[in-house]
Amino acid sequence: MRDKIPIEPMAIEPMAPDLPAGRIAPDIPARAGVGLKAQHYGDILDSRPDIGWFEIHAENYMGDGGPPHHYLSRIREIYPLSLHGVGLSIGAARPLDQEHLARLKAVNDRYAPGLFSEHLAWSTHDTSYYPDLLPVPYTEETLERVADHIDCVQETMGRRMLLENPSTYVAFETSTMSELDFLTRLTKRTGCGLLLDVNNVFVSATNQDYSPEAYIDGFPLDAVGEIHLAGHAVDRDETGATLLIDAHDREVADPVWALYERVIARTGPVPTLIEWDANVPDWATLLAEARAAEAILAKGECPQADRSSETPLAYAG
Amino acid sequence: MPTLAESQAAFARALTDPSAPAPDDIQRPGGDASDTPQTKRFDVYRNNVIVTAIDALGDTFPAVRTLVGDDFFRATARVYLEQAPMHSPLLFRYGETFGAFLDAFPPASRVPYLGDVARLEFARLQAYHAADAEPLSIAVLGEIPPETVADTRLKVHPSASLLRSRFPVVSLWGASSGLLSSVDVDMNRAEDALTVRPGLDVNTRILPPGGAAFLAALMEDRTLGEAAALGAEADADFDLSAHLAGVFETGIFIEAIPSRSGFPSP
Repeated sequence: MRDKIPIEPMAIEPMAPDLPAGRIAPDIPARAGVGLKAQHYGDILDSRPDIGWFEIHAENYMGDGGPPHHYLSRIREIYPLSLHGVGLSIGAARPLDQEHLARLKAVNDRYAPGLFSEHLAWSTHDTSYYPDLLPVPYTEETLERVADHIDCVQETMGRRMLLENPSTYVAFETSTMSELDFLTRLTKRTGCGLLLDVNNVFVSATNQDYSPEAYIDGFPLDAVGEIHLAGHAVDRDETGATLLIDAHDREVADPVWALYERVIARTGPVPTLIEWDANVPDWATLLAEARAAEAILAKGECPQADRSSETPLAYAG
Repeated sequence: MPTLAESQAAFARALTDPSAPAPDDIQRPGGDASDTPQTKRFDVYRNNVIVTAIDALGDTFPAVRTLVGDDFFRATARVYLEQAPMHSPLLFRYGETFGAFLDAFPPASRVPYLGDVARLEFARLQAYHAADAEPLSIAVLGEIPPETVADTRLKVHPSASLLRSRFPVVSLWGASSGLLSSVDVDMNRAEDALTVRPGLDVNTRILPPGGAAFLAALMEDRTLGEAAALGAEADADFDLSAHLAGVFETGIFIEAIPSRSGFPSP
């Protein structure tokens, strides 16, 4: 389940005098991690909380120097790290931005993260960058395009990547296959792994009237190297139908926890991230969410062997 | 069926034009073929793109936001976004032209200093992310043969920038950031701001008269002698040793480059 690509030894910067001589944790444990936020740097370094790992948004560490790299280097000396890109635009029709890919590689080379992931989405068109994760139609053409981009990313980075399932608000009439088929074929064609965002599953399934449980049951779980959990906002569309927004601004919702339990019961423990990117709470609140995920991960240590309750794959797109 | 490129071109057009209908190739989720408009669902994307960009500007320009209030700031940022769309996924690089935009933005004409406050905030953010370098102590000048000091060039820190303003830009920024009281701002004063991050903290200082001319020359790779002459031209009371001590103390210099010829100039 874990990323098996060997990690290059990382050049260790001179340590601050108050830090013990630690090792660079090479891999991501199957525990809960949280997104690293600048406002928590001090709390983390002062209190050294017992948390499995941290994840960074690659784009926040693409400056040349300064406090972001200073603090990340110190935190990296203590904790395993996962690298999550949000701006590569893998789902774009246009070629990948080679400058951005080079920046991504530089962050990867510098911090030797245990996992690296990006999104099944696009953000670029012509010369514009749209700061959002936009959806793609599931067609043969998109599959070819995305697979080529993943090949390019994996070759450039010299490692396997995880691709995250999207949260979507609209679907395309032009899609010719389900999201599950699309993701499964991508993993087979490129060898990439998957980042299963359970909140995205619930958001997309609610928005598009399909069963999130059936989606989970049909998901190629063998390819999953990491899980994301986040909070969502609840709205309504013009017809009064529920419209969920992938807001990352609050606690994980109960039905998402339930779906997560369903995943862990089948996979056993998998590195799981609490994503909380807007209205970021204090460190204690964030840690409590991570603890809740670890309680479920602990149950997954001895997964129930009973698979007879599995729903047959009902989601056909 | 549209190609992926055609589909994304149409999606992008609809994204940035709020009056445009949602793209043709999207459907009501679940495959419902009803003719119900998809505006609200598509609007989630429109909203995300605009709000993320406006929030990014708000994070980069907190003092400007404080000076004009949140509603004015967001409305202004929205106009700016139309005129200067994002081109990079690095949100901290967005807003380089916001100062120039504010200078020419009629609704902001009653706050003419807004553009310079924006320039200062942008410079501070770039300094935050700039490459690291070890500052030099002024003692380095003592190691240079005295006859070649005037021909020495001083390389500045990658985070360093100079902003020459006809407004009290540093005081206005400080007051709107809560660092000093607004009653201390003398609106008749012009301030030259030096921003540099020698360690982890971004520092902004007000330069004394002649200081900006002196420092600008050094930043343009002029020699110490040339820079001192320009400083003296700008301020009759220019005291070279006091200025040198002051600017070295900010940590702005990272390398002393001896005279290129190896000989003093005639």
